[in-house]
Amino acid sequence: MEGNFLLQSIVFLTAAVICVPIAKKLGMSSVLGYLLAGILIGPYVLGFIGGEGGDIMHFAEFGVVMMLFLIGLELDPARFWKMRKLVLGMGLAQMALTTIFLVAALWVADWSWQSSLAIGLAFSMSSTAIVLQTMKEKNQLHTTGGQSAFSTLLFQDIAVIPILALLPLLATRTNHLSGSSHQLLPENTPAWLHAGVVIAAILLVVLAGRYLIVPLLRVIAKTHLRELFTASALLLVVSIALLMEMVGLSPALGTFLAGVVLANSEFRHELESDLDPFKGLLLGLFFLSVGAAIDLQLIGRQPLFFLSILGAVVGLKAAVLWSVGKIFRLRNDQNRLYTLSMSQVGEFAFVLLSFMGTLQILTGETLNMGMALTAMSMTLTPVLLLINDRLLIPRFGRQKKEEKGADFIDQRHPVIIAGFGHFGSTIGRFLRANGVQAVYLDHDSDQVELLRKLGFNVFYGDASRADLLEAAGAKEARILISAIDNPVANRQLIHTVQKHFPHLKVFARARNRYDASDLYDAGLEEVYRESLDTSIRLGVDVLKWLGHRAYSATRSGQNFRKYDEEALRELLTTRHDDKQYISLARKQIEQQEQLLRAERFEKTATGDHAWDSEPMRQAARKKSVE
Amino acid sequence: MPYRILLLFAHPRFEDSRTHQALVNAAKEIPDIRIRDLYELYPDFNIDVSVEKDQLLQHDIILWQHPLYWYSCPPLLKQWIDMVLEFGWAYGPGGEALAGKYFLQVVSSGGSREVYSPEGRNRHTIREYLYPFEQTVRLCKATYLPPFLVQGTHKLGEVEIASYAMDYTRFLKYLQHDGPISDLSGFESSNLWLATRNETR
Repeated sequence: MEGNFLLQSIVFLTAAVICVPIAKKLGMSSVLGYLLAGILIGPYVLGFIGGEGGDIMHFAEFGVVMMLFLIGLELDPARFWKMRKLVLGMGLAQMALTTIFLVAALWVADWSWQSSLAIGLAFSMSSTAIVLQTMKEKNQLHTTGGQSAFSTLLFQDIAVIPILALLPLLATRTNHLSGSSHQLLPENTPAWLHAGVVIAAILLVVLAGRYLIVPLLRVIAKTHLRELFTASALLLVVSIALLMEMVGLSPALGTFLAGVVLANSEFRHELESDLDPFKGLLLGLFFLSVGAAIDLQLIGRQPLFFLSILGAVVGLKAAVLWSVGKIFRLRNDQNRLYTLSMSQVGEFAFVLLSFMGTLQILTGETLNMGMALTAMSMTLTPVLLLINDRLLIPRFGRQKKEEKGADFIDQRHPVIIAGFGHFGSTIGRFLRANGVQAVYLDHDSDQVELLRKLGFNVFYGDASRADLLEAAGAKEARILISAIDNPVANRQLIHTVQKHFPHLKVFARARNRYDASDLYDAGLEEVYRESLDTSIRLGVDVLKWLGHRAYSATRSGQNFRKYDEEALRELLTTRHDDKQYISLARKQIEQQEQLLRAERFEKTATGDHAWDSEPMRQAARKKSVE
Repeated sequence: MPYRILLLFAHPRFEDSRTHQALVNAAKEIPDIRIRDLYELYPDFNIDVSVEKDQLLQHDIILWQHPLYWYSCPPLLKQWIDMVLEFGWAYGPGGEALAGKYFLQVVSSGGSREVYSPEGRNRHTIREYLYPFEQTVRLCKATYLPPFLVQGTHKLGEVEIASYAMDYTRFLKYLQHDGPISDLSGFESSNLWLATRNETR
């Protein structure tokens, strides 16, 4: 058994290590990489894993359990309150409409209303894991589309609780609770009693979270043993999972609930950071098992039937999402992001489906079909988003500009600022205070709207697109300031500028030393590390507090900055001869080491000799002796 | 009522200056002398003109204490003069803000009094090198008093520096209580006037 476990770990890890980098290299999100890896090692391709599907589900279940605990933790009430209108409005509209249409369609196909409603509710869910992970990777969470997606997902997450309570009431036959050996309830429990037990268990988790777990964590925190805290966090998750299993509820839901309850407590961040290392790995594991769970045989038997059902489900979900986006006045591009990223059936459907299986609302083939549909629709999402990025944005982005006159940039200014976040807006305010007019580009349409009202020349659009830059007057402008938050987007922009507008003088924001190295390598001269000036200023102020003279500290800071810039340039000139770096991390450590070593010899603090009178004193003394 | 003294101090390397540390410490001992350490206040040379003007208005006697670098003051004090003594405020039409006030320089030089003489290596006296400051004060309709000098600092020992500091204390106290004593203006330097006070006592 033990050897088996190790072997399985090796299979999972190897598949991930091979597939995810390949997916990233091809410009896909890591989610798709994991899914493909899962399919690859699953029972129907290579068959490394799960001739007995139970093993995989076992793995997957725990991944979902952990993930949902963390998602629950991130849903702090304050954030929820701020988004309540969006959550209730978009979420309710999306779920209600999707469910109604699905139920109607299934009813026409002569299903019982109970099964139709159960399937409708399950399939109205989208995948929090896929959407949040993908958007985080692509830096889209703060866009309007991203916020809408988050709100809708939040509503769905919450809706799971009443749905789970509702499902037993939909059971047509007397219950045969089978499967788990830890069942608390005897067989043949009537539906109303089961529903009552479920509600009691949920209440227990909520109350325990508030009045038992938090005081307990306080005691444990006082021991100041970090690993003990981590251990208790894990214990918490596992025991809630067990409790839920005992009453026949999904462990994932229980821990999700516990997470939400604890999001309120002072230990939220502690728990988050302690469990964070597990999170990425478990998410990967989850996606892997989703991939492996796809029943390719079932699909293979009736491929056309399966594909048309899949198309119908995803299409229907997308149509509803698009209409909801329209009702809430999302711009076309943001609505496309919202619609495509949310069009899959989410992981909660697994939970709901298996619960339906337990309750015998669904059986056999239909259940497997539902599972396969869910998994395949999840696999489809990264592909759809890829199509959006590569094909739709370039085409419809242009169209959009024509239809919306306001985004046509008619004023010509000498300076273009790309990225109007905190960094870019500070530059913009400073330039404006000095009478320099600039054109601003940003890709968050809401932000653009707001700043336009304040009288800034802000325009919506992806600044790395040559046509938008040209519309912004890049041909007539003299300077481009690249101030986008995301270093990758920044580099793309610079690449475009160098290719299409070589006459522009580029001033670039760099996140850190390594980012700056890349920009210098790209041939830029004006590179501004956001971490350099501020940290030196802080250092100078520390020196002042320690009693150093303000002017000497300031001079030393100036010298250090100059020295640090020069040292970086120096490193870059020597770096390329050296092919020994096996990884970026190694290279970065090497850079740090070289800088630190050099500093020991170079005392930047005493760079000033102008006012040093000691040599003069010595010379004067010598003279008088002679 | 005692005279209100403002000491504007400019030294880019105060931490290494034995002479000025002794002088500043002496001045600090005397109550009611407002000391403003320009390099500490404005390490980035970004002088707050309105604050400085306000300070000038609140005092009767303004001291510029600084080392002599290349026959002039350190750059921040020059910056101070350029920025604060505004046209139409300190001089020119309507520039009466400093009229009737007194300015006095407290200057250290590495070279001795002999070096700063027509026969010496520097060929001119310190007083002559300070003409631009004297004229600046005159243009502002204020009175320029003879400077307090600490010369030959390269060769000064601990004891000599301490005695300069004691002289400084005495001098500042005279200024504070008696104001610009009528016969002070006739002397080459304030040190020489102080020496006569010593003898008459």
